[in-house]
Amino acid sequence: MIEISNIEKSFDGNQVLKGISCTLETGKCNLLLGGSGTGKSVLLSCIVGLMKPDIGSITFDGTMFTNSKVDIRQEIRRKIGMLFQGSALFDSMTVAKNVEFPLEMLTPEMTPEERRDRVEFCLKRVGLENAGNKMPSEISGGMKKRVGIARAIAPNCTYLFCDEPNSGLDPATSIKIDELIQEITHEYNITTTIITHDMNSVVGIGDHIIFLHKGKKLWDGDKEHILNAEVPELREFIFSSSLVRAAKRVEQEDGPAGLQHLAAEPLSEV
Amino acid sequence: MLSRSERFKVLWRRFFEEATNIGVNSLFVVGLVAVFIGAVTCVQIAYNLTNPLIPKSTIGYMVREMTVLEMAPTLTSIVLAGKVGSSIAGGLGTMRITEQISALEVMGINSSSYLVLPRILASMFMFPLLVILAMALAIIGGYLAGTLTGNITPQDYIEGIRSDFVPYNILFALIKAVVFAFIISGVSAFKGFYTEGGALEVGTASTDAVTNSIIAILIADFVLAAVLL
Ligand SMILES: Nc1ncnc2c1ncn2[C@@H]1O[C@H](COP(=O)(O)OP(=O)(O)OP(=O)(O)O)[C@@H](O)[C@H]1O
Ligand SMILES: [Mg+2]
Repeated sequence: MIEISNIEKSFDGNQVLKGISCTLETGKCNLLLGGSGTGKSVLLSCIVGLMKPDIGSITFDGTMFTNSKVDIRQEIRRKIGMLFQGSALFDSMTVAKNVEFPLEMLTPEMTPEERRDRVEFCLKRVGLENAGNKMPSEISGGMKKRVGIARAIAPNCTYLFCDEPNSGLDPATSIKIDELIQEITHEYNITTTIITHDMNSVVGIGDHIIFLHKGKKLWDGDKEHILNAEVPELREFIFSSSLVRAAKRVEQEDGPAGLQHLAAEPLSEV
Repeated sequence: MLSRSERFKVLWRRFFEEATNIGVNSLFVVGLVAVFIGAVTCVQIAYNLTNPLIPKSTIGYMVREMTVLEMAPTLTSIVLAGKVGSSIAGGLGTMRITEQISALEVMGINSSSYLVLPRILASMFMFPLLVILAMALAIIGGYLAGTLTGNITPQDYIEGIRSDFVPYNILFALIKAVVFAFIISGVSAFKGFYTEGGALEVGTASTDAVTNSIIAILIADFVLAAVLL
């Protein structure tokens, strides 16, 4: 569990985060939801330690992260896996080397054979057992995200962070990636935090949703309750999605049964 | 995270990778430039030395002095500023804007000691070696040009090369190479590492790295000559 209390962050007088407090729960997909420029990426950077918040504190399972000594921060960082928006694969290394890299750097006690097994296992877990020898420039965007996930989970991470894991992907691939993240989260009981503005992800994997608006947390809850939330900004955000509008229309015209038409066919392998 | 010896092992491996990279990639262009510099210097000195009272071997002597002291270290470094400097700035800039540097940081890896330090150390190690190569090739280039054009006999050229040799000049040239290497890799790494924005800014960072390095080299060249000679 990650507890965030009263985080504030400004960039030369422009206050981006205005006192955010929330809890990211273990074994769940925690979604940070909000429009562009609401400070989601800045909040994530503060949580993983790429930026330092001006005020506020962050604790990982009871261990203070902000303002702690270097070795305590390093210890926590070893448990953090992160999937970046553009995947951020090291483009001078093969896919397998990318996945092996954190193992090589962070767990020197592993033997090369153990590392190779782990790489194989992680690539298999994300469905890329045959892509190990490819270079990042030779694989598709969806595959890059998968490699990014494999690299993030390779050192047995306890905390997984994903910045817009499905931006730039087609809807079917997005859902595949979402499902993969959700499965991994439940399977290994990790604390997963996902930035998104995609309503598909919200209703698909939103175990715990935190809605941010203009640097403030306005709502949090799960996917069962989000459609009935009474926060005007959140309602506006949700119902600006044309898919949701279409669903509403179908529901009004045909009753709930009409929604069946909109349900996706079973997805084939991406 | 890593113990001291493991950290050293990683640094050593990265140093080795970068040094190979710089050395292998620059060998051809440095060699080519050096041969032509030697050749042109020789032909032009021969053209200017028409006084029959001055022995022909002076041509060889002057080619050596000019290439060893100035041409080999400075021109090689300027060529390398274009080649190595732009590759350092472009490489680090791309890593920055594609969040590869953030990815290292999140893993708890100190990105400047992983990415920047090996590049600087490798440059400071490889530049003097490339400059030694350039000196040799420039003198050979002068020999070829001088003898093939019939401006000087092989015996005269070699006699000139061997006369009044001051070993300190070699040391001075190598000191220059190390200083220039530090300037180029430092300036370029700085420009690349702190790139902000997108692909356009990476291009700008590369260009800035090369122009700023060259200006700094020229100033440092003057300062070193004034201080050390
Ligand atoms: N390094 C920075 N320096 C100055 N301002 C910044 C910096 N990073 C972010 N900001 C500002 O913080 C605000 C929030 O940015 P952020 O990237 O967190 O938005 P976001 O919610 O992630 O949006 P998106 O969904 O488009 O990614 C923006 O107005 C941006 O200008
Ligand atoms: Mg963002």
